[in-house]
Amino acid sequence: MSLLTTSSQTVGPFVTIGFAWLTTTDIAPPPVAGERVTVEGRMVDGDGKPVSDAVVEIWQANAQGKYAHPEDRQDRSAAAGFRGFGRIPTDAQGFFRFTTIKPGNVPGPGATVQAPHLLVSIFMRGLLKRLVSRIYFPDDPANATDAVLALVPADRRATLIAKQAGADAATLTWNVILQGADETVFFDC
Amino acid sequence: MTNLPGYRRPFFSTQPDYLYPPYRSTVKRAPTRPLVLIPQTLSEITGPVFGDDAVGANDFDLTGGHDGDPLGERIIVSGRVLDEGGKAVPHALIELWQANASGRYRHDVDNHDAPLDPNFTGCGRTLSDAQGHYRFVTIKPGAYPWRNHFNAWRPAHLHLSLFGQGFMQRLVTQMYFPGDPLLAYDPMYTSVPNEQARARLVSSFDWETTVPEHALGYRFDIVLNGRDATPMER
Repeated sequence: MSLLTTSSQTVGPFVTIGFAWLTTTDIAPPPVAGERVTVEGRMVDGDGKPVSDAVVEIWQANAQGKYAHPEDRQDRSAAAGFRGFGRIPTDAQGFFRFTTIKPGNVPGPGATVQAPHLLVSIFMRGLLKRLVSRIYFPDDPANATDAVLALVPADRRATLIAKQAGADAATLTWNVILQGADETVFFDC
Repeated sequence: MTNLPGYRRPFFSTQPDYLYPPYRSTVKRAPTRPLVLIPQTLSEITGPVFGDDAVGANDFDLTGGHDGDPLGERIIVSGRVLDEGGKAVPHALIELWQANASGRYRHDVDNHDAPLDPNFTGCGRTLSDAQGHYRFVTIKPGAYPWRNHFNAWRPAHLHLSLFGQGFMQRLVTQMYFPGDPLLAYDPMYTSVPNEQARARLVSSFDWETTVPEHALGYRFDIVLNGRDATPMER
């Protein structure tokens, strides 16, 4: 049997009606162990205007690099109460902010190891299907050998790596720029 | 360990492009640079898992939870969540949101001059069962005017969001109603290139799930990305 995949359609402007119940801005509340980080950013459209009606979804492994999913059969410990999922709406100024723990390294293609990263899905009015991206962590030596980052043109790679926001090393900035010279890298996977 | 089968890309022409100028909001929001093709890794093959405790026992029923019954035509929307191979997708979280019978959303940015219904919020959720079956009870939403172009009206629709069994099966779509004359004028519906795929977005009236003296039944099967037979290593 072969069925045609159901087509994606936009979430439209009223997405929060359906999505609000699962809004999760602290993805790994204590006692989930790990290095706690806050990621904040701004989302702007092709005119540089804030996107006030988007939703960002995060999928990530725990601090040991294990996903809370039955197909992750690595012999690594799960974190009780940790689903690894976050959902964050943007505000009227296009800002979003969430707190989580930095995930561990996870397996990559072949025998490679991926640098710590968060998977991102972005939904909004005007997007007929989601955008997929990744957030990597600054100054992680594993970034240099990450197989996915290596596929990204070098001059665009920085759009995927969060930056330390100020003096506080635990607060990172990662912006979503939908169009233009500094356009964020989006994936087809 | 990483030799897990990946998910197939959707059959070509079943999915809209990001840029579809008749839907005006795509013009400033669609990416302009090519997407970067990457292999599916453990990160993309896994995805959030929601157990039975994630949803309330009555969350499938959008007509309940208020002092009275909502206005409008009560309907039962049911179907199966399947993958491209026709295999059931069990225990999949499905979220639903919609306008009321007058075509008004309970949302701050909806200023359509149609009445809110104090007995209708317009959101619900459920999990598919072990065979992929799901069921919602709600009311048929009204058509909704928007400012995309002159005299623009969205056909009656339900918004549906699915998580599937992994990140690669995440899907947000809309369900339409059979015979709706507005479909031909709707740039969201027409953004789907493939005619058969467009037809998949339209539910069918289902006499067998219609409950006598109570509610009309509509059937809507949802097909998520299928699994490759062999591990995806590129």
